[in-house]
Amino acid sequence: MTLAAATVTAAHATTTTAAETHGFLSPTGVEIAFLLVGLVTFGAAIVTVTTKQLVHAALWLVVTLGGLAVEYLLLTAEFIAWVQVLIYVGSVVVLLLFGLMLTRAPIGRSPDADSGNRWAALTVAVAAAAALVWVVVDAFRTTWIDLGDTAGGAAGSTAVTGASLFQSWVLPFEALSVLLLAALVGAIVLSRKTKTTAAAATTPSVPGTRSDKADQADADQADKEGAR
Amino acid sequence: MHLAYPAVLSALLFSTGLYGVLARRNAILVLMSVELMLNAVNLNLVAFDVWLSKTAQDTLHSGQALTLFTIAIAAAEIGIGLAIVLAVYRNRGTSDIDKLRDTAETDDDSEPAQPEPAEKAEATA
Repeated sequence: MTLAAATVTAAHATTTTAAETHGFLSPTGVEIAFLLVGLVTFGAAIVTVTTKQLVHAALWLVVTLGGLAVEYLLLTAEFIAWVQVLIYVGSVVVLLLFGLMLTRAPIGRSPDADSGNRWAALTVAVAAAAALVWVVVDAFRTTWIDLGDTAGGAAGSTAVTGASLFQSWVLPFEALSVLLLAALVGAIVLSRKTKTTAAAATTPSVPGTRSDKADQADADQADKEGAR
Repeated sequence: MHLAYPAVLSALLFSTGLYGVLARRNAILVLMSVELMLNAVNLNLVAFDVWLSKTAQDTLHSGQALTLFTIAIAAAEIGIGLAIVLAVYRNRGTSDIDKLRDTAETDDDSEPAQPEPAEKAEATA
């Protein structure tokens, strides 16, 4: 008990002294690597939200998410990094590309990718960025993360993450599986109901056209789901 | 490592996603920007978890657990969102969110304008 308290205070003392000795003008190697990868990530994010070619936006999103995975590795959160690569780069971007293809996105440049309120959006984004960066830098200017190994190993190794996930976070984990099941069923219902009503609408009438009633019902359904 | 580096990068990524959500017209590009904002939150969670797990001795690793939950919820969100976008595209012929204004409030209490039949046929980006 007292030993643990002593180690806590000792760790706190080392972090504070480390924060005093490390300046921004003499960055360590990890910081330089983090800065370079961060620049690539931020640049790719900028291109993602500004490019006029829709498929290129999805491909630049891959660069952004992969750069974030490297940042997680630099922060010693290796399990999160591989989960990021698996789920985001592996499945989410593929889903987005499928969505782009299924909505018949043009391959070349599309001039109306940005809406008319671009300058208002830019103003809001720059104001938010300035406020957030100012507050964050002012608050955490002297805070130092000790990335070195301690007795428990790296902070985000698979053993540590798995132990905490299945000891302290079992109930949210199981609830999350229920949520994933609900999302699966919801996605199936969303794509299946329109198909059945479309089939019911096209069979009595001329094939290729739709009755307005079924169309309106589908629109109402989509609006309800969107508002949820 | 200074905590300011990941925190500033996270703030910048969040603002980039905010710009994308506000400025893009295609619904799928808006979903991409939402993913950017979620990833900024994840980076914040991971950085603060690494910091706090080194400072305190007993930790629940709540930041990393929440990051995993956020990633799973983002995967579910992108699945449902794409299903909605595809349903809207199938019904309206467009995924342009500037044209989906059926529930918009108008100044006068007149009936909302019904979408023209020609509007359904045109497929825009």
